[in-house]
Amino acid sequence: MSARAPFKAITTPVRLEYDFTAGQAATLFLRGLEKKKIIGASTGPGQPVLVPPRGADPRTSELAQEAVEVSDKGTVVTYSVIRVPSENIKFDLPYVCVNVLLDGAAIGFFHVLQNCPLDKVRIGMRVRAKWVSDDKLAPTVASIEYFEPIDEPDVPYEKIKENT
Amino acid sequence: MRDVGIVSFAQSNAARELRNEVEILLPVVKEAVKQSGLPRTEIDFTCSGSSDFLQGQPFAFVMALDGVGAWPPIKESHVEMDGAWALYEAWVKIQAGEAESALIYSFGKTSPGDLAEVLALQLDPYCATQLWPDADSVAGIQARLYLSRARKSERDLAEVAVRSRRDALDNPHAVAKGNFDAEKLLAEPYRTSPLRDHDCPTNSDGATALVIAAGDLARKLAKRPVWIRGIDHRIDPPALGVRDLTRAPSAELAAKKAGVGRDRIDFAELDAPYTHQELILREALGLGTDVRINPSGGSLCTRALFSCGLNRIGDAFARIACGEGDRAVAHATQGHCLQQNLVCVLEGE
Repeated sequence: MSARAPFKAITTPVRLEYDFTAGQAATLFLRGLEKKKIIGASTGPGQPVLVPPRGADPRTSELAQEAVEVSDKGTVVTYSVIRVPSENIKFDLPYVCVNVLLDGAAIGFFHVLQNCPLDKVRIGMRVRAKWVSDDKLAPTVASIEYFEPIDEPDVPYEKIKENT
Repeated sequence: MRDVGIVSFAQSNAARELRNEVEILLPVVKEAVKQSGLPRTEIDFTCSGSSDFLQGQPFAFVMALDGVGAWPPIKESHVEMDGAWALYEAWVKIQAGEAESALIYSFGKTSPGDLAEVLALQLDPYCATQLWPDADSVAGIQARLYLSRARKSERDLAEVAVRSRRDALDNPHAVAKGNFDAEKLLAEPYRTSPLRDHDCPTNSDGATALVIAAGDLARKLAKRPVWIRGIDHRIDPPALGVRDLTRAPSAELAAKKAGVGRDRIDFAELDAPYTHQELILREALGLGTDVRINPSGGSLCTRALFSCGLNRIGDAFARIACGEGDRAVAHATQGHCLQQNLVCVLEGE
């Protein structure tokens, strides 16, 4: 090789490790998942329940630290069919990712939908979390394996349009 | 030039926070806004400084807005720099007549990662970073050169640490503090020679917020507004072999442009995370031995990176606002070995 032949690439691996600081609100959420519960947070009684919570209600910028359990059932407010492979994903392609408005929550909750033919997925459909077996419950959203359809009537668009 | 004054300041600092960045920031911003007397919705511009590399959380700077109040919509900007540079952007905005008031905040959560390693990523990714020149090692190289050029000793460095930690006793927000003996400190082992632990910053998790306002509005809001009489920032080359590491030409130039030499200076708040860097900055800014340095204890004792530069400005403001001095210089730095520097001159009404 000529000394002037240009290098086209070099490999420079970078690895950094971090200890995640969940904070008070996300701790409530993660502790809930260990117990098969979905815990959101609000600024106080009657206020919107944010899930997963990050500590503050963005509309008022007040601390949202009051734990509120929401249902593990909800309504699909948007979805997308994923056809791009990723080694991080354990689901067979194509699969559906969904934003679910859990009953009692004010904002959508991101997860994966299974056990539903692609042409049957729709905004407004009712779904429920499928949890991992009790011995596998851990402080992670992976404690919910996926969401799946349930036999309940669709929610009309008018009722969820704020979240779509 | 329009008169622009700081009217309020709040901060939070702790060695290791179990709160996330939103939870740390929210009460600090609330406090600064409350003290300003200006309702949140009447502040024209919001500008922040932080880096997601610190907590390894992509878009942490966007999530932080949850705690700041962005509804109804606000005019907002962010710099991947210390909050002192966010202050500069807001100051320019007011100079341009596009705002009468601004909220500036910054946060730095240093505890989630290994900060010295994270900072290695600031260097040339192709020819330097593979060697993982962590920040303490690079500072050691600079300190060695400085001691040799300036004919200073490790004792001179230890004395900076002793004075800073003693002054920090009066600062409830300072993390490293106490009465120490230079002799005993010098008996400690090296970390990255000639630097020992006391020569290196004590990292913290913190947040800083300021409210600034133009002329008459500042006079209306604050009993004693603290005017930004001059502010300037400059950059030296990042590559470590290119410049004389024993000097900070960019700090010198910024100080000149900000007008540091034009009148007496009562005290200085310098963002000098390492002891030798305080001495380099003192020289670059032309501060004589009569100028008190870092009455807060400075960034050596409490370094929430990306927040600590703005914190120096806030500390200088607080001191002037309560009458403990009239004219001060405040400084912030970024990069390795004082590579980028911002200098401002503050003066009480």
